[in-house]
Amino acid sequence: MINDTLQSRRYVIAIIMSAVIVVYILRLFTIQVIDTKYKNGADSNAFLKKTLFPPRGLIYDRNHKLLVYNKPAFDIALIMREIHDLDTISFCKALNIDKQFFINRIEEIKDYKKNPSYSSYTPQLFMTQLGIEEIATIQQSMYKYPGFYIQNRTLREYAFPTAAHVLGNIGEVSQSRIDNDDYYKQGDFAGRDGIEYTYEEQLRGEKGVEILLRDAKGRIKGKYENGKDDIAPKAGQNLTLTLDVQLQQLAEKLLTGKVGSVVAIEPSTGEILAMASSPTFDPSILVGRQRSKNYMQLVNDETKPLINRATQAQYSPGSAFKPLQALVFQQMGGITENTMFACNGPESSPVKCTHHHGSPVSLLNAIEQSCNPYFWNAFKTTIEKNGYGKKNEIFRNTYDDWARRVKLFGLGSKFTDSDIYEQARGYIPTQKFYNRVYRGVTGWRAITIRSLAIGQGEVLVTPLQLANVMAAIANQGYYITPHLNKCDSMLKNIHQCGIDKKYFPIVFEGMSGVFEDGTARASRIEGLDMCGKTGTAENSHGKDHSIFVGFAPRDNPKIAIAVIVENAGFGATYAAPIFSLLVEQYIKGKIARTELRDRITNLVTNSNVQER
Amino acid sequence: MYKNVSIRYALDWTTVFFYVVLVVMGWISIYGASYNFDQASIFDFSQRAGKQFIWIITAFAIGGALLLIDSKMYNIFAYFIYAGTILLLIITIFVAHDIKGSRSWLVLGPISFQPEEIAKMATALALAKFMSSYNYKLKNWKDLLPLSFIIFGPALIIVLQNETGGALVFLAFLLVLYREGMNGIVLLIGSFAVLLFITIIKLSIIPIQVDRGTLGMILGMSFILFVEIGYAIFFGKNQKEALILLAGTFVIGLVSYFINIGFYLNYNYVAIFTVLASCIYWIVIEIFKRYKRYWMLALFSFSSVLFCFSADYLFEKVLEPHQQVRIRVLLNMENAPLGAGYNVNQSKIAIGSGGFWGKGFLNGTQTKLKYVPEQDTDFIFCTVGEEHGFWGSTLVLFFYWLLLMRILRIAERQRDQFSRVYGYCVASIFFFHLTINIGMVLGIMPVIGIPLPFFSYGGSSLWGFTILLFILLRLDAARLERLR
Repeated sequence: MINDTLQSRRYVIAIIMSAVIVVYILRLFTIQVIDTKYKNGADSNAFLKKTLFPPRGLIYDRNHKLLVYNKPAFDIALIMREIHDLDTISFCKALNIDKQFFINRIEEIKDYKKNPSYSSYTPQLFMTQLGIEEIATIQQSMYKYPGFYIQNRTLREYAFPTAAHVLGNIGEVSQSRIDNDDYYKQGDFAGRDGIEYTYEEQLRGEKGVEILLRDAKGRIKGKYENGKDDIAPKAGQNLTLTLDVQLQQLAEKLLTGKVGSVVAIEPSTGEILAMASSPTFDPSILVGRQRSKNYMQLVNDETKPLINRATQAQYSPGSAFKPLQALVFQQMGGITENTMFACNGPESSPVKCTHHHGSPVSLLNAIEQSCNPYFWNAFKTTIEKNGYGKKNEIFRNTYDDWARRVKLFGLGSKFTDSDIYEQARGYIPTQKFYNRVYRGVTGWRAITIRSLAIGQGEVLVTPLQLANVMAAIANQGYYITPHLNKCDSMLKNIHQCGIDKKYFPIVFEGMSGVFEDGTARASRIEGLDMCGKTGTAENSHGKDHSIFVGFAPRDNPKIAIAVIVENAGFGATYAAPIFSLLVEQYIKGKIARTELRDRITNLVTNSNVQER
Repeated sequence: MYKNVSIRYALDWTTVFFYVVLVVMGWISIYGASYNFDQASIFDFSQRAGKQFIWIITAFAIGGALLLIDSKMYNIFAYFIYAGTILLLIITIFVAHDIKGSRSWLVLGPISFQPEEIAKMATALALAKFMSSYNYKLKNWKDLLPLSFIIFGPALIIVLQNETGGALVFLAFLLVLYREGMNGIVLLIGSFAVLLFITIIKLSIIPIQVDRGTLGMILGMSFILFVEIGYAIFFGKNQKEALILLAGTFVIGLVSYFINIGFYLNYNYVAIFTVLASCIYWIVIEIFKRYKRYWMLALFSFSSVLFCFSADYLFEKVLEPHQQVRIRVLLNMENAPLGAGYNVNQSKIAIGSGGFWGKGFLNGTQTKLKYVPEQDTDFIFCTVGEEHGFWGSTLVLFFYWLLLMRILRIAERQRDQFSRVYGYCVASIFFFHLTINIGMVLGIMPVIGIPLPFFSYGGSSLWGFTILLFILLRLDAARLERLR
């Protein structure tokens, strides 16, 4: 034996261990044999927590018109053990389903692989999201079908068939969302896309719970202590959007039969007044039981109606880029408002002009007449102003300076402080990009990237970004991040664009001239001084995109708009009238030019676009 | 000087028998817990019982394999195994996916594995090796530091994995230290701290005379004075000090009572004042009369007062909110049958409804209705209680008791300290799991999610406990190999 003076401690340890086991046996004896409280507990004191779903927050437009509200919906649940003597045929008749559906559904519920939490004792969902009409017949005769229950829920209802992309929709939560957020349980619904997604936590409210007592056979015996511990559901918070539903509806109407988008922003606040994407659909088709069928149709539609083109589509801005260019060139000292360049019309080289006007042209005329050679020359002068330097280093740095200034207008990246869920980044190339594409730092010069001068080539923008550029110009040098929730905290997101105020008047003058004797003469409104710019963006998918950007009125601008109609042709022909009509609606409150409105509405540029 | 002894002859088959009985009972309980009436056989591998069958077979294989390894290897490689496990634990923090807030699961293909199950075995081996080393003495302060590191190093990493329950298991090693010579006072002081903690937390909310102190603080101070008087009576030079202390307390109490008739006096401060005064009294005696060890009593009382003051702080700042709630539920301070207390309440109802004879195998309705959460893992004992009643639960506890006693016996019959320390580690770990898990299900321990050995569903815990036990069996079998 090893020396051990602590032999007696083995007994202490054995006694401690034995004592605990004896105490536990005594405790078991108390709970299981002596105390009857727990025995009765199992008979009548088993809790059933029934979730009470809160009504989702309502959504209003900027003028407090109700856009989205709730309507009651019903789920039919069953508890397998409680079903007996079921008259399947009359049950199916009352629910207006066929017998095969019933059989399949029961098998699905019992299948552990599809329904891992299945228990024949607990409620299982049989059918979900039934409307009040669908439930009406069966509701009165529910007593005939023991084991089946009706659960209340709410569904979204839309006051106007509009703004599907902005509002988003509601769908069953995914597994990953359940894992990340304790709030959700299997089968819950939550916002998907758009505002419903971004403001999910505000809109959803808080679930309540009703505590019911059940006996060991699962029968409900009433409320636990008269509902003492019940928690009432807390309704979701309402939301007021920045949208003007009238303007939104007009925008969508004008885009009928076309593929494209419209974004309208109030420059002084960054509030989005309208955001339309075509083709679109009625948001109510994604509600309730027809949701999955309709959703698949939308997914399979070749014109991709689910994409919010206003924020997710990227285009070359074409000539709509020129007002921004004019500001950046002046600020960088490449040109002044008096700089003139020669233009040989269609014979110009290396960039052709599509318009006929006098030569040499001034900055003012160049904006008005959308003169390509002028902007090419101005671009060249600006980015070559310091020369090229060793290994083009000075040139490349000047180029990067240009790109940085352009990005200050919100281009080339998402608006991270915005509440718009789906956004594309757009693209403003950096010198790194060109170094790679042209194989080295000396592989490219101003002439190589000449298409940038006129908004073609590698530069990509979203309609939202374009509208925001207009808002920044309208504000003479700053913008507030475009957003959809009408609240004060959003107004704090002010971004300066780094352009001195003195460079703006000439650009305003030029853009105003576009309506007076420039490219958009046909779209002017009597008695209203507007600023705008046409764009006709070349692209690889067919006819040019028709683009128009602008703001109005010229003094104290109230609205800045970007319009893009894909593969339609000249900016002046399609996009400019849409701009003009939207301005008329918003500033004057009604459309006097009904003939123009109807003509644009009936124009079809893409025959595949379907009305939904 | 070794002789070869066949493992078949040397193996302690009694322990193996208890082990197999417990594992099979656990398997049947898992089948009962996840049984759904209209459901497949116990061997259906898509169900938990079927999967557990696979875990059991593999556990037997692992156990068998461990018996074939030369027993000396465990001693030789103890530190390597320990270091490797520490590394694995650290890697787990970074590699593991977040499962309900904890990062303790390693996923290798179809198998999920919790390294902390291995850590217990590795720590036991390292502890055994360290304590059996030639120069080691528990009383030696220089040895205390590495000792604490061996025990609490892995525990700390497991806390970082957010598995506080798993880390608490390492407290079980204190029992081993006690057996190997740690002063028993440590255990007593520990128990006293728990008593003070519960008193302060539970009774601090009960006021005395509206605003003149709280029952918790006054009772806490009374406990301290009680210990002081007891010490003075049993270990003091004569009984005079105890009498003086008693009289002093009485006088202070009486005086403060009369003051309180006319003025405002908070009894909490009176109680604290009394204890502090007693501290000074002990120190004075120590200095002037040279009675030894009274300064320790003063130190004990003073730290107890500090502990009482920090108990609230510890409770509210150190413990996580859900842990606070679990303790409040345990102390009956929170009446929330549906909130935090739901699990425990349901498990008590399930067990209680079993009665003396139980509802019969597969007839437990409470567990079938999925009222009891985690019914096949942490709350597996509910199924036993509900379906097999008092006699069944007692039988299970009886088998655990037999196993524990058998392990203690095995530990004591070892000829080298390494094996004995390891044996005590195994017994202590099983004991700790058992105490916490069944205590939790019975509502007398806070809810701490640690498995019931051999019963709870899950491969890594079953493997971990099997490895722990079979290494001991291998070491035990080797004792016959040595010639005296």
